[in-house]
Amino acid sequence: MSVVTVQLGQCGNQVGQELFDVICSDAEEGQKKTYSAGSFERFFHQNAHGDLVARAVLIDMEPKVINQSMTKAAKSGKWRYGEASHFSQSQGSGNNWANGYCVHGPRNRDVVEELVRREVECCDRLAGLMAMMSVAGGTGSGVGTYITQCLRDLHPKSFILNHLTWPYRTGEVIVQNYNSVLTLAHLYQLSDAILVHENDTVHKICSQLLNIKQISFSDVNKVIAHQLGSVLQPAFTADSHGVYSRNPLGELVSALACHPEYKLLSVCTIPQMPSSSIAYSTFSWPGLLKHMRQMLISNSKMEEGKFCSERTRSLTGFGFNRSLANLLILRGKDVYCAETGGFEDPDLYTSWLSSEESFTLWKSPVLFNKYEKSVTLVSNSQALLRPLDNMVRSAWNMFASRAYVHQYTKFGISEEDFLDSFTSLEQVISSYNQLC
Amino acid sequence: MTQSVVVQVGQCGNQVGFRFWDLALREHTHVNKKGLYDEALSSFFRNVDSRNSDGRACGVGGRIQNLKARAVLVDMEEGVVNQILQGPLRDVFDSTQLLTDVSGSGNNWAVGHMTYGSAYQEQIVDKLRKAAEHCDCLQCFFLIHSMGGGTGSGLGTRVLSLLEEEFPEVCRIVTSIYPSAEDDVITSPYNSVLAMRELTEHADCVLPVENQSLVDIVNKIKHMSHGGKPGISIKRDSTIISGQGGLSGAEKPFDAMNNIVANLLLNITSSARFEGSLNMDLNEIAMNLVPFPHLHYLVPSLTPLYTLSDVSVPTRRLDQMFSDAFSKNHQLIRADPKHSLYMACALMVRGHVQVSDLRRNIERLRPTLPFVSWNQEGWKTSLCSVPPVGHSHSLLALANNTCVKPTFMELRERFTKLYRKKAHLHHYLHVEGMEQSWFSEAITSLSSLIEEYNHLDATKGKLMPDAPRLSIAR
Ligand SMILES: Nc1nc2c(ncn2[C@@H]2O[C@H](COP(=O)(O)OP(=O)(O)OP(=O)(O)O)[C@@H](O)[C@H]2O)c(=O)[nH]1
Ligand SMILES: Nc1nc2c(ncn2[C@@H]2O[C@H](COP(=O)(O)OP(=O)(O)O)[C@@H](O)[C@H]2O)c(=O)[nH]1
Ligand SMILES: [Mg+2]
Ligand SMILES: [Mg+2]
Repeated sequence: MSVVTVQLGQCGNQVGQELFDVICSDAEEGQKKTYSAGSFERFFHQNAHGDLVARAVLIDMEPKVINQSMTKAAKSGKWRYGEASHFSQSQGSGNNWANGYCVHGPRNRDVVEELVRREVECCDRLAGLMAMMSVAGGTGSGVGTYITQCLRDLHPKSFILNHLTWPYRTGEVIVQNYNSVLTLAHLYQLSDAILVHENDTVHKICSQLLNIKQISFSDVNKVIAHQLGSVLQPAFTADSHGVYSRNPLGELVSALACHPEYKLLSVCTIPQMPSSSIAYSTFSWPGLLKHMRQMLISNSKMEEGKFCSERTRSLTGFGFNRSLANLLILRGKDVYCAETGGFEDPDLYTSWLSSEESFTLWKSPVLFNKYEKSVTLVSNSQALLRPLDNMVRSAWNMFASRAYVHQYTKFGISEEDFLDSFTSLEQVISSYNQLC
Repeated sequence: MTQSVVVQVGQCGNQVGFRFWDLALREHTHVNKKGLYDEALSSFFRNVDSRNSDGRACGVGGRIQNLKARAVLVDMEEGVVNQILQGPLRDVFDSTQLLTDVSGSGNNWAVGHMTYGSAYQEQIVDKLRKAAEHCDCLQCFFLIHSMGGGTGSGLGTRVLSLLEEEFPEVCRIVTSIYPSAEDDVITSPYNSVLAMRELTEHADCVLPVENQSLVDIVNKIKHMSHGGKPGISIKRDSTIISGQGGLSGAEKPFDAMNNIVANLLLNITSSARFEGSLNMDLNEIAMNLVPFPHLHYLVPSLTPLYTLSDVSVPTRRLDQMFSDAFSKNHQLIRADPKHSLYMACALMVRGHVQVSDLRRNIERLRPTLPFVSWNQEGWKTSLCSVPPVGHSHSLLALANNTCVKPTFMELRERFTKLYRKKAHLHHYLHVEGMEQSWFSEAITSLSSLIEEYNHLDATKGKLMPDAPRLSIAR
């Protein structure tokens, strides 16, 4: 089955390009034919010349970024984007969610739907749709929300996953918290699951684990792509009996998003290191898994080497990260020897689900992206509670003074609309707070 | 890609405008190696086929034929415009873009705004429409004028309201040159205050620039390049006051100062014209920096002022660029943002600078900068990969900061001094359409603007509690 990706805005189009790059080179290196074939079927089709073409639609309201991503893809020599599966306009949404959602979205709906329909028709069977975007700008967030809504209407039965990039906390778009609140509140009604990468966290991985001195967006995006790729590439599920699972999105959603109040998924992957060190490093499954478990409990999305021992951190105490559901994905050598019992511990989870329902394990014996062993955890837990709460608080403080609100009412988003969005996110915050 | 039209009004507006066109051509010649008319060029220039007698423009992708500035030139004297039309930039404009008269406004706002405004309204609208028709997607008007004279100040602000009427959707960014205290125009306080009201009401953003600050920066650079400090030498022609590599030859008196303003305009539009890993379109400026409609005065600062010839660029020097952007003597008005209150701040970076450089510097500088309580993380950032000519990187900071207030108060004082004695008032009241109420309304408008900044300043340093959160029923 295949996934159709919709890349929206600068961020979506830059991250998406790196994702296809990772998937393509990983699949090419894959020593197992079925793995590669499975991956290609998921994410690419072949055109008349035999080129691999990403099953993707590129959307931005300004032309520069799409041009850049298409050129970069073609330059890879391995894959490309479809000649005609992109759409841009002359000017961006100006970091204004309302402009994207109320103006650009509706105005360009037909064209975008047609592009997506063509990609969907190319698939023998559709596994689902993945929309990738940032929440801080105007196009990814506003047009992205609108398009997700259209896709939901057109494909009521398909899985829709949103991959969101959350902005640096210290600010990079001044209205980022407004745009984030409006986006998240709307997507919560539309999307099956919302997978989040925070720029701050990824940035830290680049500096502290990959030792990159001058970090570019491309470096950041490669890390996101690596983590996302390790979720989306073929793997065996518990009941797939040695056949690669067919639908990564469907499996992901049913493993993690079992309740409509809880849709926020965080991801982390270990190990991550400079590519020059990979060949000289060895890891054991028990070591990696212990580490990952500690990262889960303490909600640190980065391996930091040192942890408080588990005994000093009471399982119910402050700072304990309670989960609703976890998906553990192991890839690499001797994967069948890995012992994952530590993740089935009922104490990790809310009391109202059994740990069989809460924990899912995928495995693949194929090395992922050159790592001999690799552990990825996708978690529906309190991990995103703090940043979400910060976002809502900052937006609410700004809203209290009504600063910038006129920029939104200009395009038809009223104070009531803001209030509705705040209310539904307070609801989400409260739900995650009460996870215990 | 979008296009912008520059509207330059009055002596100052046109002199600054010409420096802008010269440096814009220099920049694009530097970047565009293939001689093809590309998207970046199209934002400020049309490409006109000389063989086509009707002067039809050729589309993006073809060879560069004749570049024509997307500009409308207005002056009520002929001198400046004529001089340019005899110089090396003459081919960039054609007569249909020009509007001149012979007698000037005599440094009288009312003559510019009322007399010429009424006489030329239709012709101006006509030229604006023509310029707009040449654009696929017109995003922004850049109005350049001075506050102190008669034409730029009076007619310029009249053009501003015409723009608002005719093109309500198109962003209006105004670069206003404020007179220095020792300005030779005696009536400049009147003209400036009358113009301020128009700017407050009809512009989307105003970039105030003070002549005194330009003079100070020029002096500082000249001092440095004549061996200000032993052992330090400036890379030749890398300064933001240099016009080297442009078409114009001999420098005229205001050229060095005007080059600074031209660089401001180049940098503010660079991310919209060129690629980068974090773009900032022109419509993002007001969206991010204007929290309330009237508070749209954005204080610009440009760094570095020059590049040293020693090419080893340690990060310290990069970080210095960020520090300088907040220092008093890099602001284009005489103001001290660090000791006033920020509502919002944009950092627009060009060249080989990455997101980690931005984050590091924001984190480093943030503790020293006071931000309004409801916008504690009020940063807007952009990264454009093409540096300005002569530099490896550069930074333009735009601050929506209460530090503009002293400039406005000083202006009000100078206005009041004249107005109390009714000095020169009759020159204005003679003009048809002009009444004393214009003066009183203008000063009221300015005072209430100052009051808005006062209100904000009053919150400074006070710890504001978080707004109580919505509670939800469970
Ligand atoms: N991780 C990552 N974040 C990015 C990238 N590009 C932009 N962002 C983030 O995305 C947010 C800005 O949104 P953009 O994607 O640039 O905006 P847009 O969707 O194009 O919308 P408009 O430009 O407003 O029309 C900021 O939080 C940026 O940090 C990228 O390549 N990688
Ligand atoms: N920076 C700068 N200021 C100028 C220039 N020409 C005039 N000014 C200033 O503009 C004001 C006079 O306005 P001017 O443009 O001559 O009047 P106008 O032609 O009637 O608009 C005074 O404050 C001058 O100092 C110039 O080329 N550059
Ligand atoms: Mg964009
Ligand atoms: Mg003059």
